[in-house]
Amino acid sequence: MSATAAPPAPPAEPQEPREPVLRKPSTRKRLVPYWLLLPGILWLLVFFALPLVYQASTSVQTGSLEQGFEVTWHFQTYVDALREYWPQFIRSLLYAGTATLLCLLLGYPLAYLIAFKAGRWRNLVLVLVIAPFFTSFLIRTLAWKTILADGGAVVDVLDTLHVLDVTSWLGWTEPGRVLATPMAVVCGLTYNFLPFMILPLYTSLERIDGRLHEAAGDLYATPATTFRKVTFPLSMPGVVSGTLLTFIPASGDYVNAELLGSTDTKMVGSVIQSQFLRVLDYPTAAALSFILMAIVLLAVTVYIRRSGTEDLV
Amino acid sequence: MPALRWIRRNLVVIAGLLTLAYMILPNIVVMVFSLNKPKGRFNYAWQEFSLDAWKDPCGVADLCGSLSLSLRIAFWATLGATALGTMIAFALVRYRFRARGAINSLIFLPMAMPEVVMAASLLTLFLNMGAPLGFWTVLIAHIMFCLSFVVTAVKARVMSMDPRLEEAARDLYAGPVQTFVRVTLPIAAPGIAAGALLAFALSFDDFIITNFNAGSTVTFPMFVWGSAQRGTPVQINVIGTAMFVLAVLMVLIGQLITSRRKSTARN
Repeated sequence: MSATAAPPAPPAEPQEPREPVLRKPSTRKRLVPYWLLLPGILWLLVFFALPLVYQASTSVQTGSLEQGFEVTWHFQTYVDALREYWPQFIRSLLYAGTATLLCLLLGYPLAYLIAFKAGRWRNLVLVLVIAPFFTSFLIRTLAWKTILADGGAVVDVLDTLHVLDVTSWLGWTEPGRVLATPMAVVCGLTYNFLPFMILPLYTSLERIDGRLHEAAGDLYATPATTFRKVTFPLSMPGVVSGTLLTFIPASGDYVNAELLGSTDTKMVGSVIQSQFLRVLDYPTAAALSFILMAIVLLAVTVYIRRSGTEDLV
Repeated sequence: MPALRWIRRNLVVIAGLLTLAYMILPNIVVMVFSLNKPKGRFNYAWQEFSLDAWKDPCGVADLCGSLSLSLRIAFWATLGATALGTMIAFALVRYRFRARGAINSLIFLPMAMPEVVMAASLLTLFLNMGAPLGFWTVLIAHIMFCLSFVVTAVKARVMSMDPRLEEAARDLYAGPVQTFVRVTLPIAAPGIAAGALLAFALSFDDFIITNFNAGSTVTFPMFVWGSAQRGTPVQINVIGTAMFVLAVLMVLIGQLITSRRKSTARN
């Protein structure tokens, strides 16, 4: 190395101070992303990932609040929790699934309206979709108590149209009342999560090139065929992220079930909440929330695989 | 039959407007019942018109205290989540490095998890650490769950940015700091603002995670929750209505400013 460096001494001299100058920013540059990530990722690791580890360990502990809890690898807690609370699990998935489907059916026309039909009213309608957000969702959910109240206008209309007879026969409502029945809970869930369905649907519909619709029309497709073969398939990313954004939070929700339902409509979220904050049976509460997490993650993975859209959000 | 044909042709518009009505209906009810004078403890049935609650919105014990606490938490949570989230978003979009996939999933997971699960596990951590529940635990929790949403919002904006603009700035002898402050930040600003707004709304309105981690601290959503059992004061409707009206006004003013700026830019 010194043999080759010795003869061209003069040009080597200006090179030497330049080299470390060139290398220094490059190593510093390589570290830039890590410095940018460090605080945020640390936050998520400590306050999101680590708690899950703690919870996993809590779920296999036994003991009581007075004597303290100890890890005993007591997996029986999971079996017992599932055996005791399976109706709440089934109910949560059923209510969340129904609400998601209703959100899709109700939200799609509105998203379509904003994307293609609203014209100069587009921004106003978008504001009206987002605006309810600004009144606390608890206040709005309480308003449903007034709307669905016994003897209120909605119940009277449904009763005179004999809708309540049918829904009561199906077990969704009780004769003459909607509040404190499954229908009220599903109505509240649908209402609360509708914006989470509409906004992704709107963004994916808005991206569709309008010329594709014209092309379909030129090829003699009826509006229905155009929708089935062109619009809907192209809006799939919105449908997938919308259904996920609705189903996941809805399956863990307990606010609607508590405010609009009765003891017969309790969802698994209520059970976790009362086990954690009132009964103080931490192992059971931890096991329950792990089962819920497993079910949701499993359902989401299968769903994403099936729908074939890997890129989310 | 022309009526039927008209309905068929405008089916989408009619269905969409019905959904919109479904979404706005509770807000209207909240507004109307803010002008009610309830007889008993519960404000669920219309009695008579009264402006009492509007004249004295803080007339209920603890209500305005909980409101200001929620605003303070939302402010700090927004600041924290926006700063941390923006940094992560820039790192993810602008740099190629190992563990990018793992970090992307770590960002995605909090959004793909029912809130109760996060709330309960965080409480387990705090109990194990012996941390006193209150303002700080709520703030930590809010920054945690707002972070992913900020990252997503900022990422979308930074991804659509043209990196050549920054190269051009550097070619014109702008230093890295100057490039960032004068070029990068102004272009990314709408994404950062959207993320911050989202974080503020999420934090201010959060109930489930706060319910688990607040201890005896009462934020505004927790006050509303508690009052639902004891009997909701009319003042809650007043505050709900005021928030709604304020938000709509702010959006309208924002629209007006941008449209005017656009028209002056065109002239």
